[in-house]
Amino acid sequence: MKLDSKIPEGHISQKWTDYKDHLKLVAPNNRPKIDIIVVGTGLAGASAAASFAEMGYNVKAFCYQDSPRRAHSIAAQGGINAAKNYQNDGDSTFRLFYDTIKGGDYRAREANVHRLAEVSGNIIDQCVAQGVPFARDYGGMLDNRSFGGTQVQRTFYAAGQTGQQLLLGAYSSLSRQIGLGKVEMYNRHEMLELVKVDGKARGIIARNLITGDLERHSAHAVIIATGGYGNVYFLSTNAMGSNVTAGWKIHKQGALFANPCYVQIHPTCIPVHGTNQSKLTLMSESLRNSGRIWVPKKKEDAEAIRAGKLKPVQIAEEDRDYYLERKYPAFGNLVPRDVASRAGKEVCDEGRGIEANDTNEGVYLDFATEIQSKGKQTAYAKGNHNPSQEEILTLGKKWLEEKYGNLFTMYQKITDENPYETPMKIYPAVHYTMGGVWVDYNLQSTIPGCFVAGEANFSDHGANRLGASALMQGLADGYFVLPYTVSNYLADDIRTGKISTDLPEFVAAENSVKEQINKFLSNNGTKTVDHFHKRLGLIMWNKVGMGRNEKGLTEAISEIAALKEEFFKDVYVPGSADELNPELEKALRVADFIELGQLMAMDALQRKESCGGHFREEYQDSEGETLRDDENFSFVGAWENKGYDVTKSELHKEELKYEFIKIAARNYK
Amino acid sequence: MSAAKNINITLQIWRQKNSKEKGKMESYKLNNVSTASSFLEMLDQLNEQLVNERKEPIAFDHDCREGICGMCSLYINGRAHGPDTGITTCQLHMRMFNDGDTIVVEPWRSVAFPVIKDLVVDRTAFDRIQQAGGFVSVNTSGNTIDANTIPVPKDDADKAFEAAACIGCGACVATCKNGSAMLFVGAKVSQYALLPQGKVEATNRVLNMVRQMDEEGFGNCTNTGACEIECPKGISLENIARMNREYLSASLK
Repeated sequence: MKLDSKIPEGHISQKWTDYKDHLKLVAPNNRPKIDIIVVGTGLAGASAAASFAEMGYNVKAFCYQDSPRRAHSIAAQGGINAAKNYQNDGDSTFRLFYDTIKGGDYRAREANVHRLAEVSGNIIDQCVAQGVPFARDYGGMLDNRSFGGTQVQRTFYAAGQTGQQLLLGAYSSLSRQIGLGKVEMYNRHEMLELVKVDGKARGIIARNLITGDLERHSAHAVIIATGGYGNVYFLSTNAMGSNVTAGWKIHKQGALFANPCYVQIHPTCIPVHGTNQSKLTLMSESLRNSGRIWVPKKKEDAEAIRAGKLKPVQIAEEDRDYYLERKYPAFGNLVPRDVASRAGKEVCDEGRGIEANDTNEGVYLDFATEIQSKGKQTAYAKGNHNPSQEEILTLGKKWLEEKYGNLFTMYQKITDENPYETPMKIYPAVHYTMGGVWVDYNLQSTIPGCFVAGEANFSDHGANRLGASALMQGLADGYFVLPYTVSNYLADDIRTGKISTDLPEFVAAENSVKEQINKFLSNNGTKTVDHFHKRLGLIMWNKVGMGRNEKGLTEAISEIAALKEEFFKDVYVPGSADELNPELEKALRVADFIELGQLMAMDALQRKESCGGHFREEYQDSEGETLRDDENFSFVGAWENKGYDVTKSELHKEELKYEFIKIAARNYK
Repeated sequence: MSAAKNINITLQIWRQKNSKEKGKMESYKLNNVSTASSFLEMLDQLNEQLVNERKEPIAFDHDCREGICGMCSLYINGRAHGPDTGITTCQLHMRMFNDGDTIVVEPWRSVAFPVIKDLVVDRTAFDRIQQAGGFVSVNTSGNTIDANTIPVPKDDADKAFEAAACIGCGACVATCKNGSAMLFVGAKVSQYALLPQGKVEATNRVLNMVRQMDEEGFGNCTNTGACEIECPKGISLENIARMNREYLSASLK
């Protein structure tokens, strides 16, 4: 198989414009003759479904939640980037393009990223026109803030709920089209198979999660916009229902899966509290602007803290190891996410973690210094140049409350500890997946007619991702890329006519789903689905987590193979197929997570270099920093499925060419 | 600061096979629940126990588990989202309960939210209200004007944001003695009423949304204010007043 990325010729700044000018069109009178299926209704899916309907196509949209408004895009906190240069600080399309490529550790495709930067301004215009209440300054203009990895203020935001407001904007556009009858919305439905006719994507088999009915839906094109696969690790910041099933099903039908080993691990999450933990919660990265990260220097002190014999405030200043400030004096606590995450793991591996749980994983994020300095500053500003320690503390805490009050409250609700009095406990957690289904410049997978958008595809983020760039990609794909490229594809379909769901391909696909469901329900094993999912998560976290090495990865591949055998033999799924059955839903998803987990380990094993979120312990410099190998690994690793045994999957390489940006090492010292 | 400990509890949970069959309360004993667990993690633990005993687990809605998606519901000890304020059920923790407690868990109670199974209810009425007019009719073509050509006073933008922060969980409806959806609809109407975008369709918007709300079988508002108290996002009653003003002026046109 030869991978054709279909990147247009020409200068980077003109590629998309020229390309659009020559794409084929579908005339407005022909669009009602064409059906499009959109799976997933987050930022990418909802915006795509609304756009296609607006253009006049018939759209069927599917989501597993009870309403499209609940997609996990809603949980994004920080903001969305756009090269508007409203702040006159020198921002431009090129700078946003450059920052995103560099942030991705030079493992993303230039042409796609440039297009993303180009349309970023339109996204803001579109959202504002929809009534998304972005933050404003007192002149009524849009406000911006800065975010990690950039030197300009280009992040648009709505308090700490930007994802929510953007998703509700896309949802309102989608709702309008549903109200107009142009989108048929299928809530509480899950896509369980792709149907191909003559090699083209022509429909899906979906399960109505309430009745259990298997439904056949045909279309001229299928869009997959189902988000990321972080739940392979069981514990992640993803929503509980987030899954990879749609992406994995099309992978098994011939779509390649690219860079599965690129996983972003976010450094500031609340640590795991115990074995019943189901989910991890992110604390906004903005806290690192004010908090200092440390663990005890001495192992004995860490042990005493875990045993409850010592309190963190009792550890003397000289017995604390502010390890980020020590190792990275230039950036200190503000190093990028991958660097901060790895450093935290390292000190915990040394036995200096402070959380009293099974793994002792946790470090302190301490606001005491900030309370002192801001308290003093406030007192001085009020004309009190000789404040008492008590006054300083009160004013300092008040300053923190104004800035981070809601986050501190959230932390206290979850942990029952007061972060104004005692340092927060944090630890890295799986947050975002940069890998995904391989797509070309049109966002089309290797299956004709099957397109993949947002976090579900691999295209824009390389080995790492900067903050405020995921929301941007979701909406760019849905509002401004797919409407053009899918129309180009559909121009050949205006005479095809309605596709019958009685075709043998539909029957076969439905039967294979039915068979899988029946197999689970009649398996009569002894262990729950979660039992296997948690075991998979542990293998992944320990061996395909923040640090990977050849030995661990090789072990993971065979351990997952064994787990897979055991899962199919011994899982117990209660209930029946013709009802709401959450255990069955989970079983179907975990089956896919297991296979993907194995592929992630294989991908990590072949990539003998360290880049971004992928840190191979064998490839680091003398100071423990990532050692990228541009000579040999400047490629997208795209895997072709070869059946049940995932280890038989075949690796294809798409070479990454950097014509407009000079590759350089990342250094944060 | 209190260290986590394990407690034993009894749960009285509403079981209902599907929308057609009658439901009833059932009692379950659950031991060794960590007080550090969230309420939903406690239900996970109960379900694990039930599945291991070859019994049918309890169906309940949940997803993001960080208080923002609005999918989790549950009436706990007679209160929407349980005995704490300003949070969703996923953010309720077991340290709010004592060893030996009996906890009563029911689905959202409202005619307009029919039970699908156990603790899962159908909230698509909210979607249909939004589909009736909760949007600005702007083409999704990207050919809109530059965002800063629509200035919005900061106070208006902040207020619109506060209204738009509604997560559509339905606690307001579930807790209202009339099963009224006016806090939800009021929040949506307010968001657009406060912004310059979509002004041309303001009249139709409020009339259509209120009509749909009535058709869905939600009750009327009698200004008791329970909705505001139980709202996990602190959506204010002001929004209902604003909707009423919008509705009145639309009706007079």
